[in-house]
Amino acid sequence: MVKVLIPCGALGLGYDPAALARGITQKPDIIAIDGGSTDSGPHYLGTGTSKYSRGSTKAEWRELMAARATAGVPLVIGTAGTCGADDAVDWLVDITREIAAETGEHLKLAILKSGQNPQEMAQAFREGRISALPAAPEIDEETFAACSNIVALAGAEQVQAALDTGADIVIAGRTTDTAIISALPLARGCHAGGAWHGAKIGECGALATTSPNSGTILIEFDTTGFTVTPMGAEARATPHTVSAHMLYENSDPYILHEPGGYLDVTKAKYDALDDRQVRVEGSIWVESPDYTVKLEGAKLAGYQTVSLALVRDPRYVAHIQEWCNDIQSRCTSKAKERLDGDFTIELRRIGENATLGELEPDGVAGTEVGVLGIVTAESETLSREVAKMLNPYLLHHPLTEQEEMPTFAFPFSPAEMSRGKIYEFCINHVLELDDPMQAFSLQVEEIGG
Amino acid sequence: MSKLGDIVYKVRSKNAGPFWLTIDVFCGLPEVFQRVSNGLDTDVVASCLQSDADTLKRFDIADLNVVKISIPRPAIQGTVYDRDMHGASFAQIISQIEI
Repeated sequence: MVKVLIPCGALGLGYDPAALARGITQKPDIIAIDGGSTDSGPHYLGTGTSKYSRGSTKAEWRELMAARATAGVPLVIGTAGTCGADDAVDWLVDITREIAAETGEHLKLAILKSGQNPQEMAQAFREGRISALPAAPEIDEETFAACSNIVALAGAEQVQAALDTGADIVIAGRTTDTAIISALPLARGCHAGGAWHGAKIGECGALATTSPNSGTILIEFDTTGFTVTPMGAEARATPHTVSAHMLYENSDPYILHEPGGYLDVTKAKYDALDDRQVRVEGSIWVESPDYTVKLEGAKLAGYQTVSLALVRDPRYVAHIQEWCNDIQSRCTSKAKERLDGDFTIELRRIGENATLGELEPDGVAGTEVGVLGIVTAESETLSREVAKMLNPYLLHHPLTEQEEMPTFAFPFSPAEMSRGKIYEFCINHVLELDDPMQAFSLQVEEIGG
Repeated sequence: MSKLGDIVYKVRSKNAGPFWLTIDVFCGLPEVFQRVSNGLDTDVVASCLQSDADTLKRFDIADLNVVKISIPRPAIQGTVYDRDMHGASFAQIISQIEI
C-alpha cells in the first residue's frame, strides 16, 4: 500500500493547518502538491513567472518542508511557479535554498525541468513527431521560434526518475496534475488504473470532498484500487463528491489522457466505506503504442494599453452601443491616418455585455456603464499612442453633432494603463518520444547546512 | 416552460485546458435529470454558444444526475478577444435556455 498526502490543490492557495497535521500522523509515503496549471492564462507561461506572491509561496513551502521533515518522506511539487517553465522552477529552487539556509536543514534536491528548445521542436515537427490534439490551433515550424516558452508535460516516468535519486524534495517543471501523485504508487506496483484515477481525484486536494477549503486529502493506493480519506475534521468524501470530481476541468468525464496511455473510469465503482471514506475500484489504464507528452507554448501577441471611462448620463447609457461603435470607428480612422503600424481598438461595455459579448442572451445596461477601451498594437509605443488618441473621445464624444459637449467620468489620471506585453497559448499538440526522459532534464543538488 | 437555471441545482462552466470549455449541469434529483436529459436540445445548446454541434461533446450521466457539455472554446483562453479567462460565465448562457 502507498499513502499519498496532498496538502491542497496548489501551493499558494492555502489549507487548514490542522488537516495537514492530521495527514502527517497518518504516516504518508510521500507528500505531493501541484504548483499551477494553464488556468490563469498565457501570461505566466509567456513570461515564465508565478501567479502567486513570493511571500505566500515561501510561507507555505516552508510549512510543507517542515511537515516533510516530520514525516521523513519525499515532498514533490509539479508545475512549479504556476507555469512550470524553467525560470519558474529556478524561482522555487531559489526559495527552497533560502528556506534551507534559514532553517539549517540539509536536503537533497532533485530538479526536473520541462522546458523545450524551439529548434529541436521545429525539427521534431519536420519529422512528424508532433501531432495536433482536438481544437488545436494551426502551427508551422515558425510557431516554435515565436514562443517565449515551450514546456512538455512530464508524466509518472519522469517523476519516478526524480524520486529514484533519493531526493528529499523534488521540484518539477510542467507535469500533468496527476503524475506527481501516481508516480510512487505506480513504481511500487499498485493498480495502474487505480493509481491514475486516485491521482485525478486527489489533484485538487479536498475539492473532491464536502469541505473543499480544508485542503488536505489522503489517497491510499493498493493492488486493486484506492481509498479516499479527507483530513479536515468536518470534511467527508462520498461516492458523489468523489465521482463528480471526474467532471472538473475535464472535457470528457470518463477518459483522461496521460503520457504513455489513458485512464478509463467508465466501469469504476465508488463505495462508501463509512460516512467519510470512499473506496474506488474498476478503473482501467490503457497503455498506448507510442509514448507521447503534451506540449504547451505561449508567444507574444502584442502590447496592450487599456482605459476605463464611466458613463452615467441616462441618455448616453440608453445609447451606449451606438456611442461606443461611433468612437471605435472614428478613432480607428484617425489613428490610421496619423500613425503607422497594426493595432485594434475594442470598447467593452461593462454593465451590459462585457462578460459574454455576442453570446449574451439578455444584455441590458443598468444605471451606468463602464467602457473599457482596449488597444492592442504591435509595439508598446503604438499601443500608448492609440490609447492617448482614444482619450478625448472617451472624455467628450457627443452622441449627435448638435448638442453641448458632454464630459464623462474617469476614475484615474492618467486614464491609460499599460498592460505591457500580452501573450497567447499557441500549441495544443503532443510530442512523440523514444524515451520518457528524452525531453526532460534532471539534476540533483545538496542544499542547506 | 422553465429556464434551466431555475430547475437545476447548479450550472458550472470551467476551462478544460486553454482550448476547451466544459459546462456541468448539476440537476440534483433524478426526475430533474430526466427532464433536462430529455428536454435539453443539443442543437439549441450549440446555437446559444455559437458552437458547431459536430464538435460539441455531451455526456448524460445518470449516476450523478449531471448533463455535461464540452466545446472548443469560443475564443482561445487569454487571446485578445477572450473575455472570461476562467470560462466561468458561460454557465449563465445555458441557465437561460428554456426547458
